Amino acid sequence: MTTEVSTNDEVLTRPSIGFWRQVWSRFRRRRLAFASLVIVTFIYMLGVLAPVIQTHDYQDTNLLKTQQGPDTENWLGTDRLGRDIYTRVVWGIQSTVIITLATFITGSLILGVTMGLVAGYFRGWLDAMIMRVGEVISAFPDILLIILLAATLRPRINDFVRNLEDSTGISGIVSSGVVDYLVIGIALLPLSWFGMMRLVRGQVLALREAEYVEAARAMGTSTPRILFRHILPNVVSPVIVSVSFGIGAIALSEVVLSFLGLGVQPPRPSLGVMIGEVTARGGASVSVLRDHPEQLLSPIIVVWLLIFCWNIIGDALNDVLNPRAR
Amino acid sequence: MLAYIVRRLLWTPILLLLAAFFVFFMGTVAPGDPAELRLGNRATPERVERLREQMGLNDPLPVRYFRFIGDALKGDFGESYVFQGTKVTELIGPRLLVSLQLNLAAAVVAFGIGLPLGFYAAKKQGTARDPAIVITMLVLYAMPVFFTAPFLILFFAVQLHWVPASGWGGLFSTQVILPALTIGVPGAAIFVRHMRASTLDVIGQEYVRTAKAKGMSNFVVNYRHIARNALLPILTLLGFTLAGIFGGSLIVELIYGIPGVSRLSLDAIFQRDFPVLTTFVLLGSLMLVLANLVIDIAYTIVDPRIRLS
Repeated sequence: MTTEVSTNDEVLTRPSIGFWRQVWSRFRRRRLAFASLVIVTFIYMLGVLAPVIQTHDYQDTNLLKTQQGPDTENWLGTDRLGRDIYTRVVWGIQSTVIITLATFITGSLILGVTMGLVAGYFRGWLDAMIMRVGEVISAFPDILLIILLAATLRPRINDFVRNLEDSTGISGIVSSGVVDYLVIGIALLPLSWFGMMRLVRGQVLALREAEYVEAARAMGTSTPRILFRHILPNVVSPVIVSVSFGIGAIALSEVVLSFLGLGVQPPRPSLGVMIGEVTARGGASVSVLRDHPEQLLSPIIVVWLLIFCWNIIGDALNDVLNPRAR
Repeated sequence: MLAYIVRRLLWTPILLLLAAFFVFFMGTVAPGDPAELRLGNRATPERVERLREQMGLNDPLPVRYFRFIGDALKGDFGESYVFQGTKVTELIGPRLLVSLQLNLAAAVVAFGIGLPLGFYAAKKQGTARDPAIVITMLVLYAMPVFFTAPFLILFFAVQLHWVPASGWGGLFSTQVILPALTIGVPGAAIFVRHMRASTLDVIGQEYVRTAKAKGMSNFVVNYRHIARNALLPILTLLGFTLAGIFGGSLIVELIYGIPGVSRLSLDAIFQRDFPVLTTFVLLGSLMLVLANLVIDIAYTIVDPRIRLS
């Protein structure tokens, strides 16, 4: 929103800066958005560094010290089994954040963007087919589709991974939690790809008629090169905006799934598992909030911050990347 | 325009058939045998087999699918696997009504707070109030239901005794207030954002300047020229409300103990009650598709500049 008043001299002597440098410097000037970025980075670092910064083991129970408030040993108190809440929160961040990021990158970025490029550029029956499939999927009630997929696919994926373990001789795949990741990833897939695909497709439909694309075609440039070198860079801005809005939503879906017991499986912690366990799937929410607020609030505040900050970042990016919208 | 509507209407049944087939297919992929679930652990294999035959579960998937579709066209969606002898429609009907009322109340909250606040924020652009409103609403929007629901119960029901803590007593009982707020306030945040953006668009228009220059009162300019036109794009957001009815209010129904349709369908997923689930999905998809069509058409009527293609 701030306009810079600069004298002619300054303009002439200032070295030209690239688009992304400009975007970054404009983004940095927005204090709230910048703070949000710092917070999000901090939360993600907590997740990544969970094995290093944990103060206990996330499975260790201490039945002599259950449902305690915060003290110097257990920074955020202990849950009903005497497990350290701080440790479980950082591990929970790891599950939640890594799963949602992985899902989002594969589902939305790789699948959604590629399909959007292909559908928008080639049009015809391929476009029609992708759009129709998307329409069928988006006619479903979102959250129920996710739950349905997660509930029905888990045993199948479990069997599949077990077979894989047996046939390759690598053990420990099941216990490493890969099954949870796959189940959640596949369940969230329908939610993540269609929006992105439609966005990219819309942009590509306009860009494919642009003169520079026509010029590239006339010069005999190969189609993949046109798609990825000429068109893709021009759809990056809206994609980035949609990513930053989408990650919060996907994270929330993972939390809901795990809350219902369909996502990450105990004893592995995830923010959703922690909320679900402590409130007995919602039934005991009120008494827990009254008697042991730290047990409920610790995971919730992280979720809250994640969704809030990603939205603020998305808003800022929208303004910064689309100067016309300002 | 007419061609567009016809095309959409022709596509709808195909879409519904595909959606129903998908749920059917998931039913065969799903573990657990409905007949076994119904008879419990101690049932003999013979009894399970007999019940399977009786329920028609031994037929191949296409046969079962087309039988379901055929019956559904006659308005018969079959019996629930879990609640024996209960028609699916009897099961879904009353619960759908509950969810409908709940989300209606929530929509009133969302519109009532969101639209005026969004309009106000846009009018105050450039002052500290605009970002304050936007950020406050975003904080509320991001607040997880897992916190807001028990917090509201604790504060208004347990501490102040203003309203009952949970349960359901219909649209006009005080029990609807808290769940409506829980769903409606985050919804209002979405309306604030859109209403603010569309108001800002309209404020910059020349006819608004002309109206002001003619010396029309602020009230008339605000309401007749700005607000009415700013409301147009909001129309497309009505779909949100519908999404709430079909599954969107799941967590709220769980925490407040509301016997809504989302909860029923969650149980149906857990208990492999696929007739209930398929019917629910069919109904939800149909409503969603039709509502979007109606909204599209309404949009062109309200705003003749828009042409559908």
